[in-house]
Amino acid sequence: MPDARYKALYVSAALMLAACRFPAVQAGDPPTAQDFTEIERGRYLTTVADCVACHTDPDDGRPFAGGRPIETPFGTVVSANITPDRETGIGTWTGRQFDQAVRQGKRADGKRLYPAMPYVYYTKMSEVDVRAIRAYLGTLPPVHHEVETNRLPFPFNIRWGMRLWNALYFDSSPFKSDPSRSSSWNRGAYLVQGPGHCGSCHTPKGILGGDKVKRALQGYSLQGWFAPDITADSRRGLGQWSLEDISQFLKNGHNRYAGAAGPMAEEVMHSSSKMTDADLTAIAQYLQDMPGHSTARQPLAAGDPRMKAGGAIYQDLCAACHHQDGSGVPFLIPNLRAAASVEAQPTSVLRVIIRGTRTVGTQNEPTAPAMPGFGWQLKDEQIANVTTYIRNSWGNAVPSVGADDVRKAREELQARSE
Amino acid sequence: MADRFIPPDSQTLGGKDAGCVVFIDRQLAGGYGRREGLYVRGPFEKGAKSQGQQSSQTLRELYRTGLASLEQYCRSGKAGRSFAQLTAEQQDEILHGLEDSSVQLEGAESSTFFEQVLKDVQQGFFADPIYGGNHEMCSWKMIGFPGARYDYSDWVGRHNERYPFPPVSIAGRDDWTPHKG
Amino acid sequence: MARKLPHKDVVIVGLGWTGSIAAYELADAGLDVVAIERGPWRDTATDYAPNFAQDELRYRIRHELFLRPDQTTFTFRNKMSDTALPIRTWGAFMPPNGVGGGGVHWNGETWRFLPSDFVLRTHLIQRYGARFLPQDMTIQDWGVTYEELEAHYDRFEYLCGISGTAGNLQGRIQPGGNPFEGPRSRPYPNPAQQQPFSHALFAKAAQELGYKPFPQPSGNMSKAYRNPLGVRLGPCTYCGFCEWFGCANYSKSSPQTTILPVLVRKPNFQARDNSEVTRINTDPDGKRATGVTFVDTRGEEWEQPADLVILAAYTIFNVQLLLLSGIGAPYDPIANRGVIGRNFTHQTISDVTSFFDKSRFVFNPFIASGAIGMCIDEFNGDNFDHGPHGFVGGGYMGQVQTNGRPIETTPVPPGTPRWGAKWKQAVRDNYLSALKPGTGVHGSMYSYRDVYVDLDPVYRDRLNRPLLRITMDFHDNELKQNLFLTDKFAEIFRAMGAQQVVKEYRKAPYDITKYQTTHLCGGAVMGEDPRTSALNRYLQSWDVPNLFVLGASAFPQNAGYNPTGTVAALAYWSLEAIRNRYLKEPGPLVHA
Repeated sequence: MPDARYKALYVSAALMLAACRFPAVQAGDPPTAQDFTEIERGRYLTTVADCVACHTDPDDGRPFAGGRPIETPFGTVVSANITPDRETGIGTWTGRQFDQAVRQGKRADGKRLYPAMPYVYYTKMSEVDVRAIRAYLGTLPPVHHEVETNRLPFPFNIRWGMRLWNALYFDSSPFKSDPSRSSSWNRGAYLVQGPGHCGSCHTPKGILGGDKVKRALQGYSLQGWFAPDITADSRRGLGQWSLEDISQFLKNGHNRYAGAAGPMAEEVMHSSSKMTDADLTAIAQYLQDMPGHSTARQPLAAGDPRMKAGGAIYQDLCAACHHQDGSGVPFLIPNLRAAASVEAQPTSVLRVIIRGTRTVGTQNEPTAPAMPGFGWQLKDEQIANVTTYIRNSWGNAVPSVGADDVRKAREELQARSE
Repeated sequence: MADRFIPPDSQTLGGKDAGCVVFIDRQLAGGYGRREGLYVRGPFEKGAKSQGQQSSQTLRELYRTGLASLEQYCRSGKAGRSFAQLTAEQQDEILHGLEDSSVQLEGAESSTFFEQVLKDVQQGFFADPIYGGNHEMCSWKMIGFPGARYDYSDWVGRHNERYPFPPVSIAGRDDWTPHKG
Repeated sequence: MARKLPHKDVVIVGLGWTGSIAAYELADAGLDVVAIERGPWRDTATDYAPNFAQDELRYRIRHELFLRPDQTTFTFRNKMSDTALPIRTWGAFMPPNGVGGGGVHWNGETWRFLPSDFVLRTHLIQRYGARFLPQDMTIQDWGVTYEELEAHYDRFEYLCGISGTAGNLQGRIQPGGNPFEGPRSRPYPNPAQQQPFSHALFAKAAQELGYKPFPQPSGNMSKAYRNPLGVRLGPCTYCGFCEWFGCANYSKSSPQTTILPVLVRKPNFQARDNSEVTRINTDPDGKRATGVTFVDTRGEEWEQPADLVILAAYTIFNVQLLLLSGIGAPYDPIANRGVIGRNFTHQTISDVTSFFDKSRFVFNPFIASGAIGMCIDEFNGDNFDHGPHGFVGGGYMGQVQTNGRPIETTPVPPGTPRWGAKWKQAVRDNYLSALKPGTGVHGSMYSYRDVYVDLDPVYRDRLNRPLLRITMDFHDNELKQNLFLTDKFAEIFRAMGAQQVVKEYRKAPYDITKYQTTHLCGGAVMGEDPRTSALNRYLQSWDVPNLFVLGASAFPQNAGYNPTGTVAALAYWSLEAIRNRYLKEPGPLVHA
C-alpha cells in the first residue's frame, strides 16, 4: 500500500481517537457525555433555562421536538427540534456548534438565530454549563419531527438582517461576578442574567426588539400580557415583597400577594417550581438589589366621576373576592394594593377583567384559583373606570384608562385563542 | 291580569309596567315554556295533590288556551267585553273566581291556569331585571333587597342597621356610569 | 354492543363528596382509579362566578345546577294501595348532578349524629321498652358506633374547614357549644361564623328560656383556610346565595374547593364526565363485580372493567343501580323480605314565620350564609324524655335563615290576600322585619315497613329503564314529633318579641311538591345482619364483596341532623378498611 494512504489512515485514526474521548482521559479534562453527574447538572440547567417551554409544541406534546409557534412583535417564529434526531434535530451537531447556537445565536449551517431564542441572555452562561445542557439533551429519545422555523413576514424572514441587529443589540461579553457581593447574590445574578433569561419578558425593548439595557427588568408588554417590573421598586416592582415572598412565588406560583398566571404560570410549572430553594433565594436577593426608578405620582381624586363609577363597580363585582380595601386573600385572591401588575401598563389587568384567567397549581399550592371574565357583562367605559379606580386606590397611582384602551384590548384578545 | 295581581301604586310600579308580561313572554318562548328538561313521558293520569302536576300540556299551551278561554268567558258573560275592558273590580271578581274554581273555563282548568299566571307574574316581578321584569329593580327598591350583591362581610356585625346601598342587577346600576358634576 | 375500555384497579360511580373522598384515598394508595360522573364538570370561575351566581331565577327557581327530570326521575305514591305517578318536576327534594354533586350547592351544614343515633333500636328499647315503638317502625342499629367514627368526622371537618364552637371536648362540656353532642377529640378547625342580627336575637331569647344555643357547624369559612391537602378557601362574605347555588369566591366547602385540585394532579386518577353508569356488571354467579357499563352523550355504551367498584352516586341512585343490576335481594314489603329499597327515609321539616314591628327591627335577611344560624339541640334524638309525649325522635331547631331572596322569601302575615294591593303592601311592609328560617325544625324521620323504594312497573326513563318508585308517607310518630317541636320553636320567636308567630306544622300526606331538604336516606342500609341490611359495617355489599356503597343510602333511618358530615365520616371509615384490610386481602371483611 502506498505510504500516503497509510499515513492518511494513521492520521484519521488519530483524529477519530481524539474525537472519541475515551474514558481514560486526564484529570482536568472536560466531562464526558457518559458522566451521570454532568447529565444531571445539565438536566437541572435545562430546567432553569426552561428550554422545554419553547421547544415543545403543546399540540404535539413530544418534549423538545420543536414546532411551537412563538409570537414576536415581528411575526411568528417556530421553535426548532432539539432532540438528538440526526435528520430533523440536532443529533449531528458538534459541541461547538451547539455552544455557538446557544451563546452566539449562530446555527450549525451558519445562519443566524432570531432573538426569540434568547441567546443574548444565554451568552452569559458559561461554556461548561452549556456543555452540560448538551449532555442532557443528548440523552433524550430522538424525535423525527421536521420543523420550518422561519415563518416571519418579509423583510424579517431574511436572517442575514440579524447580523445588523446583533451588531446593535447583542452584547456577547461574558458574565461578570461582583467580588464585593456574596456568592449567593452572584449566583442570583448569573441565573437572572443568564439561563433564567428573565429580561426576555421583563425588560422593555426598543422598536427593533432590542433590550433597553439601562431599564433592565422594568416591565414589558408581550403576547397580550404585561410582564411587570421585577426590580425592587416599591411602587411598580417587588419592593414590598420579602425575599421569602419572591422565592415562594417562584417555587409555588403563589405568595401572600399574588398568583402566577399566563406565561408566568407556564414558567413556574416548567422551570422555577423545580429549582432549588437556594437558587430561588439567590434570584430573590439579586432582584431585591435592583433599584427602582418610578417617581411618586398623585392618584386621581376619589371624587372624580370615573373613580366614583369605577368604585361602584368595584364594590358590586370585585369586593367579594378582592375585598373592599383591595387586600384580597393571601395565597388565593391577589392583593391589589401596590401590586406590580396594577402599577404598570394596563395590559394584564384589562386582559384578566375582560377574559379572566387561571393561576398556576403546584405541588405546594394546588388550588389554582381562577378569576372569571367580565367582558360579556361590562361595557368598555365601565371596564375602563373600574380599572382606573383600581389603579388609583389604596396607594396605587398610575394613569387612568379610557374606553378606547379597552376597545383595543378587546380587539387584540379576539385575535388570541389563549 | 298582571296589573291586578300587582296593582300600581304611588310608590311602586304595577305588574304591567314592571315588565311582568315581557318576562312571561320571554320565559314561554324559551325552554320553560316547552317544559324542557321535565319528565313529559306518558301515560298521563291525574293523581293526588301530593303527587304533583301531571299535565301533558306545555306551559305555552296552558297560557294560550287559558287566555283564550278567559277571553271567551268575559265576552260571553254579563258585561260582554274582553277582560282588559272590564273595570278593576270586575276583573278581580273573575280572578277570584278562577282562583277558587267557581268560574269554569272551557278547555282550561281555572285554578291551574290561575296559579300558573300568578306564580309567573310574581316571579317576573322579583327576578333580576335581565329577564325582562322588575323594571329598574322596582320590586327590590320596594322591599329593600340589595339585589345581585355578593359581599356583606362589613355588615354582618352591624345589627339592626338599615343597609344603605341601592340595589344592583346583573346588568348593573346607575352608579356604574359616571355622573357629570 | 358495549365497547370495552382498558382495565382499571378501581371504578367509582359518581364524583360528588363520597366519590371524591374515595378517589383521593385510593389514588393516594397508588391504585389506578377512574371516576365516572353522569353530569358535567363544574368549576367555580367558569360555572358560578361572582358576577352571575347570584341569580335567584336561574338557580333557585329553574334549578340549573340540578339533575333534569327527563334524564332521570322517579315515580311517587303515598301508600302501597296508590298508583305511583312520575315526579315530573322536582319539589320535595332536588337530586344533584355533575362533578361535586350536592357538595356544590349544599348549605354547608355539617353536623355529627348523636352517639345514641347509631345504636338507636337498642337504646330506645332499653329506655322506653319495645312496646313504646310503633309496630311497623323498622329502625335498626347501624353496626358502627360514634366512637369508631369520631376520627373520621374530625377528618372531614378539617378537610372542609368547618366553622364552629365545640360543645364536648373529650368529655368536657364547653360553653357556647352544643352540650348534647358526642365527645370530639379537638376543636373545630375554624371559629364559628359571625351571626347576623336575627340569629343572634334568637340565641338570646333561647338562652333566656333556659336553652343552650350554639352556632350551627358551618361549611362556610369564617376566615381564610388551608386544609391538610394544601387546598385553600377564602372567607365567606354572607352573600345569601348559598343553598341551590355554587359558591363564587371559594368560601364554601365542596369537592371543588377541598379535594379536586389535588386529585386532578394525580397521574393515576382519571375522570369521565357526562357519562352515565347504567349497570354494575357482575360475573355469572353474581358474586363478583367485574366493572360497570356507562353511556356517553351520544348514547353509545362502554364497559369499564375494574377489580373494585365504589358506588358513590347519591342515596337514591345507588339504590336504583343496585336494583337495575340485580345486586342484593329487592325488598318486598308484603312478604317483609329482601333489603334493597328497604328503610328509605327523608326528613320531617317544619317552619315558623314571625313578624316583628318594622319600626324597631331591621333584620336584613339577605345578609346570610348557608349554614349560618343559632340552634338548640334540646329536642333532638333522645336528648329529652319522650315518655310523656308518645313519640320518638326529634331534631335540632334554629333561626337558620339563609336568605332574603325575594321570589322565595317575602313573607306576609296570615290573612293577607295572595295577590292585589293589600298583598303588595304587606310584602313591602314586612320584608325587612319578618323571619322565615326555612328548615327551622329539622326533625328526624325513622324507618317504616311501608316506606320504601322499588322499580316502577309502568314508567321508564330515556334509556328505557324502569324508574324507581318511591312509596312514602308520614307516620303518626313523626307528625306528633313535629307538632311538639314546632310549638317549642314558636315559643322562642315569641320570646324574641315577635308581634305575630305563624306555625307551619308538617302535615300528612307527604307531599312531593313541597321542598324538605334533599336528605334522602336508606334503601341500601348498613348493619350487622344480612337479612335486614344490604351492607356490612364497612359499607361492603354482603352479596358482592368487591362492591362498596357509599352515601346516605347506608343509613338505617335518618336522624334529626343534616346527613353530610355522617356520610363523609362513613366514607372515610369504609375507605380506611379498604386501604388497611381489603386491599391486602380482598374478600368479605365481615363474616355474618
